[in-house]
Amino acid sequence: MRRLALILIALVVVLFVAALLLGPADTDPWQSLVALITREESLLGLVMYEIRLPRALLAVMIGASLGLSGAAMQGYLRNPLADPGLIGVSASAALGAVLAIQTGLAAAFALGLPLSALAGALVGVLLVLALAGPRGSSLTLILAGIVVSSLAAALTSLVLNLSPNPFAANEIVFWMMGSLADRSMVHVGLALPFMVMGWLLLGGVGRGLDALTLGEDAAEAMGINLMVLRLMVVIGTAAVVGASTAVAGVIGFVGLVVPHILRPFVGARPSALLWSSALGGAAMLLAADITVRLVLPSKDLKLGVLTAIIGAPLFLHLIHKVRKMSV
Amino acid sequence: MSLLAISDLSVTRRGRSILRDVSLTIDAGEVVGLIGGNGAGKTTLMRAALGLIGFDGRSSLADMPLRVRAKQAAWLPQARELAWPVDVQTVVTLGRIPHLAAGQRPTQADQAAVDTALHEMGLDAMRHRTVTRLSGGEQARVLIARTLAQGTPLVMADEPIAGLDPGHQISTMKIFAGMAKQGKSALVSLHDLGLAARHCTRLVLLGEGRIVADGPPQSVLSTDNLRRHFAITAHFEHTPHGPIFQPLEVLE
Repeated sequence: MRRLALILIALVVVLFVAALLLGPADTDPWQSLVALITREESLLGLVMYEIRLPRALLAVMIGASLGLSGAAMQGYLRNPLADPGLIGVSASAALGAVLAIQTGLAAAFALGLPLSALAGALVGVLLVLALAGPRGSSLTLILAGIVVSSLAAALTSLVLNLSPNPFAANEIVFWMMGSLADRSMVHVGLALPFMVMGWLLLGGVGRGLDALTLGEDAAEAMGINLMVLRLMVVIGTAAVVGASTAVAGVIGFVGLVVPHILRPFVGARPSALLWSSALGGAAMLLAADITVRLVLPSKDLKLGVLTAIIGAPLFLHLIHKVRKMSV
Repeated sequence: MSLLAISDLSVTRRGRSILRDVSLTIDAGEVVGLIGGNGAGKTTLMRAALGLIGFDGRSSLADMPLRVRAKQAAWLPQARELAWPVDVQTVVTLGRIPHLAAGQRPTQADQAAVDTALHEMGLDAMRHRTVTRLSGGEQARVLIARTLAQGTPLVMADEPIAGLDPGHQISTMKIFAGMAKQGKSALVSLHDLGLAARHCTRLVLLGEGRIVADGPPQSVLSTDNLRRHFAITAHFEHTPHGPIFQPLEVLE
C-alpha cells in the first residue's frame, strides 16, 4: 500500500514537472524552472507562471477530483461502472456554460463562463437531491441523475438548435470537448475553493464506503449514517465535478477508468481506492494533457477527446479481463 | 439487565399489517431461536427492533444513537452482500468499525477480536483469500465472523446457518451457545427446527404477525403449534444425546 502511494506520488511529480517544461516556446528546462521559482520578470517567467503553471495545476486538480469522485461514486453505488457524471452535475454545468456562451455573458467578462457553469452545477445537484430524496436506495439516486443528465443534455441541444449565431455554436461545440489550454491562475483560484470543499467531503467517506461493502442494512447496523454518507458523496462529487467542468469543460472516462485500474492494487478496499484514485487521476490527466501538446501541437487537440479515445479501448481491455476471470 | 426490550411493536408496510403488538425481552445468556413459516415476519421483526425500518411501539435498540447501538448489537442480514473482491481478513475487520474513532487505525485489541472471530469460524487458513471467489457457505461463515468480531453483547442473525455444511451448522450454533455462557445473547432466525431444538435455550414462534409461542423448545414445538403454524407432524424425543427433533409429514 505504501509502495503504491510512493509510486503514484512519484509519477504525479515527474509528470507535473514534464508538463511545466513542455510547450510551443522552446525553453531551457533548468532556466524555465528557475524562472518559475524566482518569478523572474522576463518573458520566460511570464510564460512559466501565467501559461504553464496554471495548466499543470489544473491538470492535477481536475484529474485528482475526477479520480476521487469516481472512486467515491463507485464505492457508494457498489458498482464498478459508476462515473462521477452519473449524478448529472457535469451535464448541468455544461448547460450553464453553454448558456453563458450563447447569451454573450462569456464574452462580456472573463469569469462569466465558469461562474455560469458553477451555477448550472448547483441547480443540477439541488434537482438531483430533491428528486432522489435524502434517504432511499442508490437506485433512486441513479434514476434522478439520469433525469437531470438527459434534461441538461436536451436543453444544451436546444440551445445549439436555436442558436442564430454559427460562431457561438462552433464555440459551444469546442468548449464541450474539454480542454486545459489558455487557462490562467484566475481559473485555478476560482475552482480551488470548491474542489477543496469537495476533497474534504469525499475524503471523509472512506469508512462508510468500506462498511457499504456488506450492503446498506449491515452498514447502518454498524453505526454508519447512510443519510449523511449520501449527502457527503453527492455534494462532494457535485463540488469537484462542477468546478472541474466550469474551468475545463467535459472530460470523460478519467473518473470511470482510474478507479478500475487501481482497484486490484489496493485489495479492492473502497477507502484505499479514494486516495489512490485521486493520485492516479492526477497522473492520468497530466499525461493526457502532455500527449495533447505532443501529438498535434498545431491543431489544438481537445483533452476530453483524447481521454475518451484512450479511455474507451482501455475500458474494453478491462471488460475483457473481467470476462476471462469469470469464466 | 435485558439486552433487548421490545414492547407493542407493530409494522405496517404498503397498507398491509406485517407485525402487530409484538413484545419481546432478551436477557443476558440466552440463545433465542426465532422460528415461523415463510413470510411470518422474522426478518421484519429483527430489522424493526434494530430501527432499520419504521415501526410503531418501542424497541430499546432503536432508541439508541447509531454508534451506541452498533456497540450493543451486531446484525447479520440474510442477503449475503459482498460488493468488492476484498480479502477475508478485511471483511472481518469491518466488524470493528463501531469501535474506531474517526481516522483511527485498528488497534491490537481490534486485531485480537478479528483473529478470535476468524478462528471460531474456522477461517484461519482462508484469511488472505478473496471473498468473492469463495463458495456460498464459506462466504456465509466470513460474514458470521464479521458479526462476531463486532464484539457486541447481542448478536442478531437472520438465517445464519442457511447454506452451511452440517459440521459448520452445528459449530456455528455452538458458538452462539458459547457466547451465552459468557453472558452474551443471540437472536437467531432459523428454519432447521432440529438444530433449534438442540441448541437454543428458548424459541419464539411467529405466526400471523404475532408471537404465538415463547418458551423452552419442548413447549414451543408442541404438536398443536406445529400443526397450526407449520402444517407438519414431527417426532420429538429427549435422548441421552440430547433432544432430537425430526419433522415427518406435511398435513393436508
